[in-house]
Amino acid sequence: MDHLDQLEAQSIYIFREAFARLKKIALLWSLGKDSNVMIWLARKAFFGKMPFPALHVDTGKKFPEMYRFRDYYGKEWDLDLRVEPCPPIDAVDPTLPPAARSAARKTEGLKMALGKYGFDGLIAGIRRDEEATRAKERVFSPRGLEGNWDVRDQPPEFWDHFNASPPQGAHLRIHPILHWTEADIWAYTKRENIPIIPLYLSKDGKRYRSLGDQDITNPVASTASTIDEILIELEQTKVPERSGRALDHETEDAFERLRVAGYL
Amino acid sequence: MNMIVSPASPATPNGTTRPQVSIVIVGHVDHGKSTLVGRLLHETGSLPDGKLDMLKAVSARRGMPFEWSFLLDALQTERDQGITIDTTQIRFRTNSRDIVLIDAPGHAEFLRNMITGASQADGAVLIIDALEGVRDQTRRHGYLLHLLGVKQVAVVVNKMDRVDFSADRFKAISDEISAHLSGLGVKPTALIPISARDGDGVADLTDRIGWYKGPTVVQALDSLEPARPLEALALRLPVQAIYKFDDRRIVAGRIESGSLQAGDEIVIMPAGKIARIKTVESWPVTQVSGRQGAGRSVGITLDRELFIERGDIVAHANSVPRETRRLRARIFWLHDKPLAKGDQLLVRCGPKESRATVVAIEKAVDPGELENRENKAIGRNHVGEIDISLSNPIATDPYTENPRTGRLVIEVSGRIAGGGLVLSVDAGQRAVPVDIVPVESALRSDERSARYQHNGAVVWFTGLPASGKSTLAKVLERRLFTNGGSPILLDGDTLRAGLNSDLGFSAADRSENIRRLAEVATHLARNGHIAIVAAVSPAREDRATARRIADTAFREIHVATPAEICEERDPKGHYRKARAGALASFTGIGNDYEAPQAAELVIDTSTRTVAEAADEIEQMLKATGVLFDEAVDLAANI
Repeated sequence: MDHLDQLEAQSIYIFREAFARLKKIALLWSLGKDSNVMIWLARKAFFGKMPFPALHVDTGKKFPEMYRFRDYYGKEWDLDLRVEPCPPIDAVDPTLPPAARSAARKTEGLKMALGKYGFDGLIAGIRRDEEATRAKERVFSPRGLEGNWDVRDQPPEFWDHFNASPPQGAHLRIHPILHWTEADIWAYTKRENIPIIPLYLSKDGKRYRSLGDQDITNPVASTASTIDEILIELEQTKVPERSGRALDHETEDAFERLRVAGYL
Repeated sequence: MNMIVSPASPATPNGTTRPQVSIVIVGHVDHGKSTLVGRLLHETGSLPDGKLDMLKAVSARRGMPFEWSFLLDALQTERDQGITIDTTQIRFRTNSRDIVLIDAPGHAEFLRNMITGASQADGAVLIIDALEGVRDQTRRHGYLLHLLGVKQVAVVVNKMDRVDFSADRFKAISDEISAHLSGLGVKPTALIPISARDGDGVADLTDRIGWYKGPTVVQALDSLEPARPLEALALRLPVQAIYKFDDRRIVAGRIESGSLQAGDEIVIMPAGKIARIKTVESWPVTQVSGRQGAGRSVGITLDRELFIERGDIVAHANSVPRETRRLRARIFWLHDKPLAKGDQLLVRCGPKESRATVVAIEKAVDPGELENRENKAIGRNHVGEIDISLSNPIATDPYTENPRTGRLVIEVSGRIAGGGLVLSVDAGQRAVPVDIVPVESALRSDERSARYQHNGAVVWFTGLPASGKSTLAKVLERRLFTNGGSPILLDGDTLRAGLNSDLGFSAADRSENIRRLAEVATHLARNGHIAIVAAVSPAREDRATARRIADTAFREIHVATPAEICEERDPKGHYRKARAGALASFTGIGNDYEAPQAAELVIDTSTRTVAEAADEIEQMLKATGVLFDEAVDLAANI
């Protein structure tokens, strides 16, 4: 088994545990490279069929290429796609800096979707290498009744034994690709021939490394116009993956505050 | 996985695979762990370019002499800043091995970290300060290595420069630690005098330790044996789920050890059912060919429909895991509330979970105060050995035979509260009930008897397949019911479809099948019903068990129809199949039916009609006090 085989087998194990141990789960599909890999892995885990819905919490501010991708592959992959809207900006905590506040709409949209469907598990495509607070995550991460994350009181998790009993009304976040890196995602996307949104590839000397909303995501300088070139670029770069995400840079703790409140 | 230092490639230049060995370095604080690690990385050429210069500059700026431990400190800073995330493993290479050094830092949470990290270690380096000698922490770490089942321990006596490289001092410490470790069942693989700071004994034997003739630290690491690769162990595929998204019925799970491929004959434990792997399924390409090894998440289909459930283990027929309801485990405890004898828990062994009771605490130790042994409870962050009784049978292996299936976690209130290693398995032993208080019925037995006109009883029909047991049982059921009684038919096959669906046809499973039939029947009899059991029940011993359980309520009817006639009848076609060799473990062909010697009644259905036989049974039931002749007497009691 090579490195990618190991990552894949581990993710499949996590998917199957989530499906077996929780009653009602959904996969959060943000349309980005990570969640596309995640859907691919889910289809591997369940032999071609993803037996739970793909939930797109839609801010309405994604790039047109992303909506086209969603509408096409939602059908092509035979997904049970649920698109759920987010509340307007003035419904969100006004003490947050602008970009974080904009991102927090997604947290609220997520809470509304949770209430609407009663999911007890949400599968999310976060990775440890993305950002320091994500590095501290568990694979099965319990959330409070308000969707909040208690960093200081996380249950022990070892030997692939996960805690899967959320309290009544609360839910778990399940992270099947927590152990992957950005480079792993690209190498696997290439190996498996998983479709991607073209915004990731360089155009006029710029490309997106991470895709969020139009108003809070910026492209980075890059000449990488193929996945192979992206992989070479990643080996050399010292620029963090989320450098194009405005909300990470507003205040030191903005992202942590968001995550504690239930953001991905 | 992020690497701090030179990523190890599994292949040597000539293409052969280098063995990979995981080690953990433990020892008392300040005995020189980080210095040794820094020195090892340097001596094995594992530091990235410029790192050494950077450290020298850092030391100079602080006005301090150069210290190898700065290397790990620098890594620690990187970690704190979140630049390098997964630093639990530092890699370096010796001549013939790729070494993965498992970093188990953090004093306060030492146990949790050490367990999670070092539970995967193949070997350990235990470090002792030559000046201070063996300390509490040294003994504590020795104990933890024993707890984790780490058997290869290289002991290094560090800071020999502080004792003038005294051979006597080295011998004294060596003797003391050897005695301690061997008391725990751990034999040191090497005892090495070193000065990690100066390099004596690390990669080279210097003149200063000229009297020492053993291996260097690097040589000692070089001779550590890697754990047996999981693929070389017996097949263990714990079932995560059964999927039926289309016409395939796929058994899904991860191969924890061994390997499998289509065509293999397998056994599903704990039930012991046998099948053959028809296909190995995958997506987007279906039906992968070739052998699939440990670590793979797979899906298989079988050549027959079997009742399989999450937590069952797929194994090869020649080496199956043990089935048990009792096991002994060495555990570490992380929960606030101490674990005490009699506690109810949930135990997970892979995907299998079972309610469990702590039958005994054999040993409980605070790894910080090893002297204070007790056996009442295991406190938070303490370790111990316990006996557990399980309410469901599970299939497992002792940790020494299979590290993947031989470990378990314990859940309390839905949260992981501890974990440990399976030390031994009491195969086939029954769970011991603890604090079970049966609830009594609201009704008295004479109230029921008055209504039904009979006492409760277990009427047990035994005999060869097709001897007429079920036919007679059903006729009896109809008659008793017509007369206002409360008969309940317990047919062996019917119960196998539900209550006993976890059981196969091994001798042990057949015994358990009979035991459960007897328990259910006896419960009904105690509540005034007549439980009519129709089961081949070929083993005399098993029927004796049933009689013991039902006690005075037991009435045995031997349906003694001659074997030739049974085979001639063959209503279910079983004899035909068995003669053709297509039905394993079929009673009737061969001599495995042990006829009763003292049945309450013997009936040969080839010499009398069903109605005559039913009359005889009724008479026997009246004669032995089950059925009442006079209804009136009892009605007066109401």
